[in-house]
This record gives sequence, C-alpha cells and structure tokens, in this order.
Amino acid sequence: MNSDPNQRGRLRKAPENFLDQAGIRTVFAEGKRGRRDFIRNAFAAAVAGTAGGSALAQANPVPAEGGDPNILTLPPWSSTLGKAVATDGYGLPSKYEANVQRRPSPGLTQTTQASVSFAPLQSLFGIVTPSGLHFERHHQGWVDVDPSKHRFMINGMVKTPMVFTMDELMRLPTVSRFHFIECGANSGMQWGNVAVPTVQYSHGMLSCSEFTGVPLITLLQMAGADLKKGRFLLAEGADGSSMTRTIPMELIESGEVLVAFGQNGEMLRPENGYPLRLVVPGVQGVSWVKYLRRVEVGDKPWATKDEAVHYIDLMPDGQHRQYTSIQECKSVVTTPSGGQVLLDKGFYSINGLAWSGRGKVKRVDVSVDGGHNWKTARLQEPVQSKCLTRFSLDWAWDGKPALIQSRAMDETGYVQPTYKQLRDVRGTRSIYHNNAIQTWLVQESGEVKNVQLG
Amino acid sequence: MFSSAKFTLTAAALLIAGGAFAQGAGGKFAGVGRAATDKEVAAWDIDVRPDFKGLPKGQGSVSQGQDIWEAKCASCHGVFGEANSTFTPLIGGTTKDDIKTGHVATLKRADYPGRTTIMKVATVSTLWDYIHRAMPWNAPKSLKTDEVYAVTAYLLNLADVLPADYTLSDKNIAEVQQLMPNRNGMTTEHALWPGNEFGAGKVKPDVLAKACMKDCVAPEKVVSQLPEHAMDAHGNLRDQSRLIGPQRGLVTDPNAGAAAAGAAGAAAKPATGDPATAAIALTQKHGCVACHGIDTKLVGPAFVDVAKKHAGKTDYLAGKIVSGGQGVWGDIPMPPQTLPEADAKAIAAWLASGAPKAK
Repeated sequence: MNSDPNQRGRLRKAPENFLDQAGIRTVFAEGKRGRRDFIRNAFAAAVAGTAGGSALAQANPVPAEGGDPNILTLPPWSSTLGKAVATDGYGLPSKYEANVQRRPSPGLTQTTQASVSFAPLQSLFGIVTPSGLHFERHHQGWVDVDPSKHRFMINGMVKTPMVFTMDELMRLPTVSRFHFIECGANSGMQWGNVAVPTVQYSHGMLSCSEFTGVPLITLLQMAGADLKKGRFLLAEGADGSSMTRTIPMELIESGEVLVAFGQNGEMLRPENGYPLRLVVPGVQGVSWVKYLRRVEVGDKPWATKDEAVHYIDLMPDGQHRQYTSIQECKSVVTTPSGGQVLLDKGFYSINGLAWSGRGKVKRVDVSVDGGHNWKTARLQEPVQSKCLTRFSLDWAWDGKPALIQSRAMDETGYVQPTYKQLRDVRGTRSIYHNNAIQTWLVQESGEVKNVQLG
Repeated sequence: MFSSAKFTLTAAALLIAGGAFAQGAGGKFAGVGRAATDKEVAAWDIDVRPDFKGLPKGQGSVSQGQDIWEAKCASCHGVFGEANSTFTPLIGGTTKDDIKTGHVATLKRADYPGRTTIMKVATVSTLWDYIHRAMPWNAPKSLKTDEVYAVTAYLLNLADVLPADYTLSDKNIAEVQQLMPNRNGMTTEHALWPGNEFGAGKVKPDVLAKACMKDCVAPEKVVSQLPEHAMDAHGNLRDQSRLIGPQRGLVTDPNAGAAAAGAAGAAAKPATGDPATAAIALTQKHGCVACHGIDTKLVGPAFVDVAKKHAGKTDYLAGKIVSGGQGVWGDIPMPPQTLPEADAKAIAAWLASGAPKAK
C-alpha cells in the first residue's frame, strides 16, 4: 500500500479502475487493521459483484511513478478524430450515464399499464427534469396521439361550445413557466414505515419542467364561459382511461392553469400527454390531465373515479377527505440519500429539492443530527412559485453516523412537518399527501439508509 | 384546378365557419377555433355527475349484468369482484348496517387489510361514469348504455346493496344512491382545495409545525428501516446510480452487476433476432401480461406452466390465444384476443418451445 501523504486516507486506486485479487486482499488487510472501515464493507461488496467492472472508488492518489497515468498518457479521445455532426439526429446521453433511468418499483402494481415509474432524483442536478426521465403515472397505458387528429373541446356552461385543432391552439399567444408536478401518492409507501431503499422510490413521483401553452382562461373566455355560476371545471383525456378531474375556477382565473403542448423546449413526450395536457401548478399530478380532449364548465364537482375511489385521503376516524388537491410544502435531500455509499470522509455539499403547492419556497433548514439542531441552507436561484428549488449546505463528514434531514418552509409560513406531527393528525393510512421530513442515516461505513425515527 | 362550383362551396363553408366563430369567440383571436356542433358535443360529453346530470336514459338488470360480467370483467376482477391478483378487490368489507348509516365501519379499523372500491365510493354516479368511460380494461368505451346499467346493478348486487331481481335505471338510480354503504363517508373540510368552495378559507392547514433551530426535541431512535433481506428488492442499487460523483450506489445484489450492465446496454440496442425476446415483447404489446406472468400465476396461468402442459403444440396454443377458453386452468375464462395471426403464432411457438427467457 502506498504510504504517500497525498493519499489522505483514501484507498489505493486500482489500475484501470479494476481491483485485482491482490488489491482486494490488501483492502481487506487494511480493513482488518481497523482503518477505513467505513469504505471497506461497501467496497468489498462492490468488488464481489463487478468482475471486470469498474471499481467503486475513484480515489485520487499520486501514484508511485510520479503522476496519474490518465494525465501522463493521452487517452484515445485526446488523440483521435471524433464523430461527425448529426451522428444522432436526436442526441442521446453518454453511454456512461446508462444507470440513470426512470424505474418502476417491483411489486407495487400488478399491471404495467396502470403503474408508475419513478424519476432518478439521486442523479439529477438543478431543478429541471430531463423529459425522458420524467416520472410516469398511467392509468390505462400510454398512447401516442396523432396530433393532426387531436381535438380540444370546451362545453358546459359556455355561450358557445367550441372545438380547436392543435394548429389553432398553437397560433395563440403562449406563456412558458417552470413548475413541479408531484403525484398525490408520492412518498405514499412511507406513511406507515420505511418500504423503499432510495430517494428514487421514496420521492421520485416528482418532476419539474418548463411548460409552454395557452392559459386556459383565454380559451374559456373565447367560448364565453359563465364564470359567475360555473365555478368548477372538468378536464378529460382522450386516452382509453379518459381520465377526468375537477379543477376550481379560482385557479383557472389566476391565469396559472395552462393548456400546454411544450415541455422543456420540445413538444410534450407521449408518456406525458402528447400533444396536449393540462398544467395545474401546485396541484397533484392526477389533475394535470394528459391527452387533454375536453373541458366542461359546471356549477358542481364531478366526483370522478379519481376523486371518489382513488386520490381520497383516509383519516383515522374512517372518513375520507375528498377533493384534496394541493401539494403542501415538502423537501428532500437527494445527496446524500438512501442506497448510496459515501466515498470518503471530508467535504460534501448536502443538497436536495424543496417545493410548495402554495407558492415560493422561503427557507430550507438542514439537520445532520436527526432534527436536534438545524442550519439554514442556501437556495439556488431562481426561486419560483410552485416550482422545484434546489438547496445546499456545506458539510464536513467526520466519519461518524449522521441523520440527515431537510425541512422546508413556504411563503405562507407553512413549515414541513415531521412524521410524528403528520401522523398525529392524519394517522398512517392516508396514502396521499405525505409531505413529512425524510431522514437518511449515514453509517460509519459510508452507506446511507432510509430510516424513520421514533 | 378546382371547378368554380367547388370553389363556391368552399367559400360558403368558410363563411359559415367564420360566422360561428364570431358568435363564440368575440373576435380578438380571429380565425382560431369554431363552434362545436351538437353532434360533436354529444359524442364526447359523456360525464355523469353525482346529481346524475349527464346520465343517459336506460336500464339493466342484475342478471344481465352477471352475463356481461362473466364474459368481459371476471377475467380481471374475479367472478365475485374479489380478484386481488391483478386488481384491488371491488367488493367486500361492507355490511347491511353500513347501508343504513352510510358509513363503512371497517374503514375505522386499522387492522382491516385492504380497502375495496365499494368500501370507499360514496356516489353511484362514479361507478356508472367510470365503467362507461374506461371499462373493460382492454376495450374502454365499448359497453352500451344498458350494459353499463346492468354491470353497475350486478356489482351492487354482489355488495348486497341491490336484490338479485333488481333492474337499475335512470328512474331509480337516485334511490339506489341512498343505499350506498359509504355515502356519508366523504368530507371536504380540509385546506387542500385550491378554490373558494368546501372548507377553503374556513379551514386552516391541519398540520402546524414550527421551525425550531437549536436543541430541539426530536426522536432519538431509528424505529424503521428496510430489513437486510429486502435491500435487493429493488434490484442492484449500484446499477441505479451514476458512476462518478461524491457517492456510488450500494451493491445490494453481488451477482447482478455484470448482468444488469449487460441488460442496460441491450436495451439501448435495436431488438435482436432472438425469437424469445420478440415473443415476450408481443405478450407485452398485446396486453397478455395483464393476466399472465412469465413464471408467476396471476389471473391466468404462468407462461412457463402453459409451456410445460402444451409443449410442442404451437397450433393448439395459437388457436387458444385467438378463441379464448375456460376450464383448462380453472373457472376464470380467458376472453378471445384480437391480434394479428402472425403474432399469435409467434407467441404460441415461443410457448410450445418451453417459454425460454430472452437472450
């Protein structure tokens, strides 16, 4: 083992990122002497499982030969001709990013059409979710609608029921805004206890995009909607499920609700409602009806299947809360987070995401001692209404166990609750609207676990 | 070139469209959108509200509903609405007493294992509307109005809400509403509605936390975490994390590393010529996997079990896929499937060869 002081307690870097049998023996020998225990366990497991794969740790020592071969010997990409323009007409991520995918939670649903895939929050930066990694929730499978045959209808309490083609909708003045979308059942598996290992599965029914579309109020005014009596709106999809949800007219009148066709500069992806979806900022994802074919103005709510059988919150007294829609203020640390292994002691930038369905995030506090003491985190600009906000806090990990939490507050003064505070009021069977503070346990080994405290 | 007669027609059509637009839209966005015709609105305006606004006239009996149920619904929901392998059970957990009170008593019990649809739903209109718009699962909107009444009646008979000789119709559905077991089970007294109706403005957020910063009271013990044996239930976490950065994914399945990396690579490539891969893709495309697992029994038998029983019998299996059947694997019928003959043959050949895994 190299005893160069530049190693700073790191593992010896294996040649070509591959640890041979001798290297493995060295690591174990080091481990037995009680040094670097924190990394040994995870590392040993990694090596066991990755015959020929890359090693876990990307240590950065100065090798005996006086320099890093990655510096001293030019790699092929520095000494060869690269590929031509438009090799991929629609560019793809690097092949080294293949692990970053949206994924279903095994056993959560029995069919793949009425199911969920979770966005890989642990691997995302900033606030925008790449469209191909956006979480999915379909109720009867996703479809790829022919936009030239798609129609949008307005009926109900309007002077003139109207129909629009996509051509017509896209001629109107548009707005583009960043908003988060969160499924009402996000974190739903965690109401009673820990059920999933990583932030992808605990919080990944959450995404954030720039949406482009026409304010719905503009279209309702064109149809001469009776906004005095018609205080409710039904939105309906064109897919097999023809998903329907009731939306309050106040929100539409605010101009925030969009009939959107754009997402992150391109058209919506089919999994996200191509060519047209409703954008209902601050409200749970089920109301953002995909493949939007019709809205109806009415004077009463509809009690549709997804607001009378599902997306109702069971309280301890046996009553269900109906028409629960707003996603209350919430946050989660994504680095470090469950299922990860920290590579070393020393500096980390704890960071994560905060959001509120009632407006802007005002403050995020972070604790590394399970909620006894808190420090206020930095908020990364821009901080936008009903949009993800990235926060960060500098942290020097001393190698001892740590319980990491984040707690967000929004501009209304609402503070994200602990599990105890939430359960004291709502019990554990609500399924929906779990916005409790998440705890990650960083163990001495560097392994991070999803835990709940009590 | 078009004839002058055609031209006149086109111009007239434009005029009509323009006139309709001017009525509806007030002119600011000239040329955008037109008035919907009555026929168009009727074709799409299918929603039914709790006050039965939108409910079409019609009727259907419990016994008619049973016939439709067994043919089109039981394969997923079970003959008695009890199926829980594909979908959550629809029926169960309610009592005669609930019908009197309008509150389902089992909802108060934390130990009660699940929640059926009939335990939750407060409004009969919801059942009618949903069955009409979205069922059956693989052929939504294919039921006729009277069939929707019949299926709704049969479900409510299974739930002991309606007697076996009942005929549900637009005339008596409001009376049936008064029998719904959980009709009084909903509350809108909460602060999560973003409008001025319900509890809004009157009800404050129900969970009021404070932001203590120093020496706060907090729980000390870890009371819940995943048991070791469940750590790999979501696969090898190492393969779900970026390969660079301040941390790696935890290795939860020491044997999965290389295989998973291979699978990820394969997913990005175009499909190979492997017949098993192609056949498995077809079972997904045609919705077979809604009822059949590769090696687990769902509603129907596992593919590997079918393969064992009917090894080598490609034509028999292709025929069964197209015509459906009942009795070979139990009472739950398999409905006839609509798919190209070549696809049925490909799936059948794969089954007949032992349902091998994809390469």
